[in-house]
Amino acid sequence: MTDLSLLLGPISALVFAPLIPGIINRTKAVAAGRTGQPLLQLYADLLRLFRKGAVYSRTTSWVFTAGPAAGLSCIAVSLTMLPMGGVPGAMAFTGDLIVMVYLMGLSRFFTAAAAMDTGSAFEGMGASREVQFSVLAEPALLVGLAAVALAAGPAGLFDAAPVVNGFRSLSEIYSGLTLSVWANDGAILLLAAAALFIVALTENCRIPVDDPTTHLELTMIHEVMVLDHSGPDFGMILYAAALKLWFFLALLSGLLIPVRSENLWINGISTIIGIFFLAVGVGLVESMMARLRLLRIPQLLAGALSLAALALVLVLWG
Amino acid sequence: MKIVIEALIVLLILTNLKLIASSRLSACIRVVAVQGVLLGLMPLIAGQEALTLRIAALSGLTMLLKGVVFPWLLLKTLRSANVRREIEPFVGYAASLMIGAGLLFLAIWMSRQLPMPFAVTSPLIMPLAFFTMMIGLFAVVSRRKAITQVLGYLVMENGIYAFGLVFAQHEPLLVELGILLDAFMAVFVMGITIFHINREFDHIDADRLSALKG
Amino acid sequence: MIFLLIGVPVLAGIVAFFIRPGWMPRLLLLAVAVTHAGLTVSVWMVQPAPVLDGWLLLDAPGQLFLSITSLLFLMVSIYAVGYLAREDWGSRQDFKEGLLFTNARESVFVCCLLLFLGTMTLVTVSQHFGLLWVAVEATTLVSAPLIYFHRHVRSLEATWKYIMICSVGIALALLGNFFLAVAATFNGQEHIPMLLENLMDNASALHAPWLKSAFIFMLVGYGTKMGLAPLHTWLPDAHSESPSLVSALLSGALLNCAFLAVLRIYQVCAAAGMDAYGRSLLVGFGLFSMLIAATFIVRQIDFKRMLAYSSVEHMGILSLGVGLGAGGVYGAMLHAVNHSLTKAMLFLAAGNIIAVYRSKSTREIRGVFSVLPMTGVLWVGGFLAITGSPPFGLFVSELLILKAALDQGRWGVAIAYLALLSVIFIGMAAIFCRMAQGHASGLPAAGATPRGFKTTLFNEPLLSVLPPLALGVLTLVLGLYIPEGLHRILELAAAAVGGF
Repeated sequence: MTDLSLLLGPISALVFAPLIPGIINRTKAVAAGRTGQPLLQLYADLLRLFRKGAVYSRTTSWVFTAGPAAGLSCIAVSLTMLPMGGVPGAMAFTGDLIVMVYLMGLSRFFTAAAAMDTGSAFEGMGASREVQFSVLAEPALLVGLAAVALAAGPAGLFDAAPVVNGFRSLSEIYSGLTLSVWANDGAILLLAAAALFIVALTENCRIPVDDPTTHLELTMIHEVMVLDHSGPDFGMILYAAALKLWFFLALLSGLLIPVRSENLWINGISTIIGIFFLAVGVGLVESMMARLRLLRIPQLLAGALSLAALALVLVLWG
Repeated sequence: MKIVIEALIVLLILTNLKLIASSRLSACIRVVAVQGVLLGLMPLIAGQEALTLRIAALSGLTMLLKGVVFPWLLLKTLRSANVRREIEPFVGYAASLMIGAGLLFLAIWMSRQLPMPFAVTSPLIMPLAFFTMMIGLFAVVSRRKAITQVLGYLVMENGIYAFGLVFAQHEPLLVELGILLDAFMAVFVMGITIFHINREFDHIDADRLSALKG
Repeated sequence: MIFLLIGVPVLAGIVAFFIRPGWMPRLLLLAVAVTHAGLTVSVWMVQPAPVLDGWLLLDAPGQLFLSITSLLFLMVSIYAVGYLAREDWGSRQDFKEGLLFTNARESVFVCCLLLFLGTMTLVTVSQHFGLLWVAVEATTLVSAPLIYFHRHVRSLEATWKYIMICSVGIALALLGNFFLAVAATFNGQEHIPMLLENLMDNASALHAPWLKSAFIFMLVGYGTKMGLAPLHTWLPDAHSESPSLVSALLSGALLNCAFLAVLRIYQVCAAAGMDAYGRSLLVGFGLFSMLIAATFIVRQIDFKRMLAYSSVEHMGILSLGVGLGAGGVYGAMLHAVNHSLTKAMLFLAAGNIIAVYRSKSTREIRGVFSVLPMTGVLWVGGFLAITGSPPFGLFVSELLILKAALDQGRWGVAIAYLALLSVIFIGMAAIFCRMAQGHASGLPAAGATPRGFKTTLFNEPLLSVLPPLALGVLTLVLGLYIPEGLHRILELAAAAVGGF
C-alpha cells in the first residue's frame, strides 16, 4: 500500500518523541505542586547538545563512539516496522516482531559495551544491572505479545504482508485488535497490557525500576551507563531513549485503543493521542510510587512474566 | 456472562499468585479474604441452576466466614504474635512466582487428564480449583511462619470448595454446613495454638519447632 | 439407639466443660464410659435400626470398631480417675529440660475426652461419605487439646504438627469426596447419593478414572490420619508427648477409625471391580509403613516414641492384610482388635513407668521389675504380645495374614513381612528387656515419687494396674479362644470388605 498515511508512524515518532519525556516531567511536577520544566525542554536540550563538541577519554576505543550511533540507528529502524494501532508499519513483514525485540537487544548491547569500554566501575555496574533486568523483561514482552497475537482476530484492512504458516507481522496482529476482540477476550488483553506496561517501565528506566532524576551513581541503572558521553553523542543517546519510550508507548496504545476504522489517518491520530495519555499515566505512576529495592525488581519482573503467562494460558485453554 | 465468569476466574488466579509473592503477612491475610469473597460470589453468578434460597444462603454464609471471620481471627492472632513479615522462606519470592506459573500449567494439564462427564460452566474452573489447591499446599510446605501455613490450609480448602462449584452442588445441606463448621473450628484451633506457640517460644517459625526428632 | 450412642458422650462433654474440677468430672467420665459400654453391649444383642434415611447405620465393620473404641474408653476412664487424682495442678517442673509448666484445666480435658468418644462413635456409624469426612475432621480438632494437656514446648510442637499435617491430609480426603461425587453424577443432574449402600449397588456405573482418583486421594488423606508411611510424621510426636491414657486412645481407637474410613472407599472400589488396583496400593503402603517403623524402632531412645512407631507398623500390617484379600482380611480385622487391646495396655503401663521414673529414656531406665512389679509383668507381657508371640492374640492374626500371602504365592511380600517383623522383634526386645531387668536405676531423686503410689497390689495404685491387666488378659484369651459372637462379627466384617 503506497499510502502517505503509512509514513505517519515513523515521522510522528521522529518529531514527537522528545515531547514525551516533557509530558512525563510536567505531570510529575503538577502532581507535586510545582510548575516544572517547559514541555519542549528536551528539544532545547538536544539542540544545545548537537551544537557542542564532544570530549573523549584516552582509555576508550571505537566502541565508545559507536555506542550512541548504533543505539539510535537500531531504534530508528524498528520505528519503520512499528504499527501505530490500526496503521501498519511502513516496512512490515512476517516475523518483524522478533526483529524489533532483538533490535532493542542490539542497541542495549552496544550501550552496555560502550559503558564497559570506559573502564569505569560505575558504568560497568550499571551495565550489568541493565542487562540483568532485560533478561527477565524480554520473556515477559515476548510472551505477552504472543498472547496478544493469538487473541487478535483476522486483519480486515491490511493485506500487504502474506500470512506464512500462520505467523503474522506485528502490524497485522495490531490491525486485528478490534472492538469485538476486546468484547470477547478483554481479560486476556488487559493482562497482556499490564505485563507490557511493567516491561515498558523497566526498559525505559522509569520508577519503580529506576529513578531517572537520581544523582547518586550507586542507585543509577541506565543513567550511569551513559555518564561519560558528551555533546552530540549524549544528544543521540537522549534522542534514542525518547524514541524507545515512544516505541513501547505506541505498542501499549495500539493494544489499549481499539479504533480500527477504514481511514488510516483517524487510526494513527487516535493512537498518537493514546500515547500522550499513556505518558501522563507514566508520570502519575512515577509520582505515586517510590523506587523499589534492587532485590525486589526481579520479583516485579517475575510478576510481569506471570501475568503474561496467565494471558497466554487463558488464550490457549480458556 | 462469559466475560464475568472469566474475569472472576482471572481475579482468583491473580489472588493465588499474590499470596505466594507477598512477604507481608497482613497482605497475605487480606488476599485470602478477597479470595473467599470471590469464591462466595461464584455460585451466584456462575451457577448452572436457577437461584434458590439455599444457594443464596450458603453463598452468603461462605462469604461471611471466609471473607470476614477467618481473616479477623487470623489478624487478631497476628497482632498478638507481633510479627510483620515472612523473611527468608524456604523458597524465595521470585522463585515462588515462577513455580506458581508452573503449577498453573500443571493444573491445566491435570484437568485435561480428567475430563468431566458432563458440561461445566467454564473450562477454566477445574484448573482454577487444582491450581488453588496446589498453591495452598505449596504455601504450607515452603513457608516458615505458622500463620502462613494456616493461610495455606485455608487456600487449600478454598480450592476444594472451588472444585465443588464445578458441578452443581448436590451435597446435602447438612454436609455443606458441616464442612464450613469444620473449617471454622480448624482455624479457631489453629489460631489458639499459634497464640500458645508465640507465648512459649516468642516466635512463630514453624521450622524452629524441631526439638522432637527421630 | 444410635442417637444415644453419639448423643450421650457429646452432651456430657459439653456439660463437663462447665463443671468445677474435682471428683465430679471424673465421676461423669466414668459414668458416660460405663453407659456407652452398656449401649455397645446391647447393640451386640439387638441390631439397632438405621436412622436419618440410612445415613447412620451400624454394619459389621462399624460394630467391630465401635466395640473396640467403647471397651478401650472404659478401661482408659478407669485409669484416668486415678491419673487425674494424682496429677499436680499447679506449676511444676518438666523432667526433661527443667522448664516450668502447668497442665490444662481438668474440665477441658474431660470435656475433650468425652467429645472425642462421641466423634469417634460418629465415624463408626456414618454411612454417608460427607458425614464421615466431617466426623474424622472433628476427631482431629477435638483430640488436639488432649495432646496439649501438659503445656510445655514439646507437646506444643507435637500439637502443631498434628493439627497441620492431619488437617492438610483430611483436606485431600475432602477432594477425594468431591471426586467420588463426580464419579457418581450422570448428565449433570442425576446423582447417586453418597451413601455406601447406594454407591455399592450402582458401582459398575461409576466413572472409572474419577473413582480411581477418589480412591487415591482418600487413601492419602485418611491414611495420613491412620499413620501410614510416609504420611505418619505427626504420629511419633503426638503419641509420645500426650499423656499416656490419651496415647492409648489415639493408638488404639483413633487409628482404627481412620482405617475404617479407608475401608469404606475400598468397599466401593471393590464393588466396582477395581479391587486389584486398590489392593496393590494397600500392600505397597503397608509394607512401606512396616519398613519405616522397623528403621525407627531399632535403637530408639524414647520408649513412647517406640510404641508410636509400633503403631505405624501395625497399621501397615492392617493395610497389608486387607490388601492381600481372601483370608488376610479376616486376619486384619482380628488384628485390629488385638492390636488395640495390646497397644492400650502398653501405653497405660508406660504411663505408670513415667509417673515413677519421670523419664522416657530407654537408655537410663532399668529395673522396672523391682520397682514396679505388676507394671513390669505387664510391660514384658505386652512386649511379647505386641511382637506377635504365641499365646497372645496378635500371633494368630499375623499368622493368618502370612498364610494369605503364602496362599497367593506372593513370596516377596511374605519374606519382606517376616523379615520386618523379626527386625522389629529384635529391636523391641533389646529395649524392653533392658528396661525391665537389672537393678533399679534412672530413678529421680528420693522423695519425688508421686503421691498415691504407695499401697495395694505390690506397691502400685489399683486404678493404674487393673485396666492394663484386664486388657492384657483379654489379649491372652483371644490368642487361645475366639468367642462365637466375635467370630461371627469378624467374618461379616471381612466379607463386607471383600474377603471371606
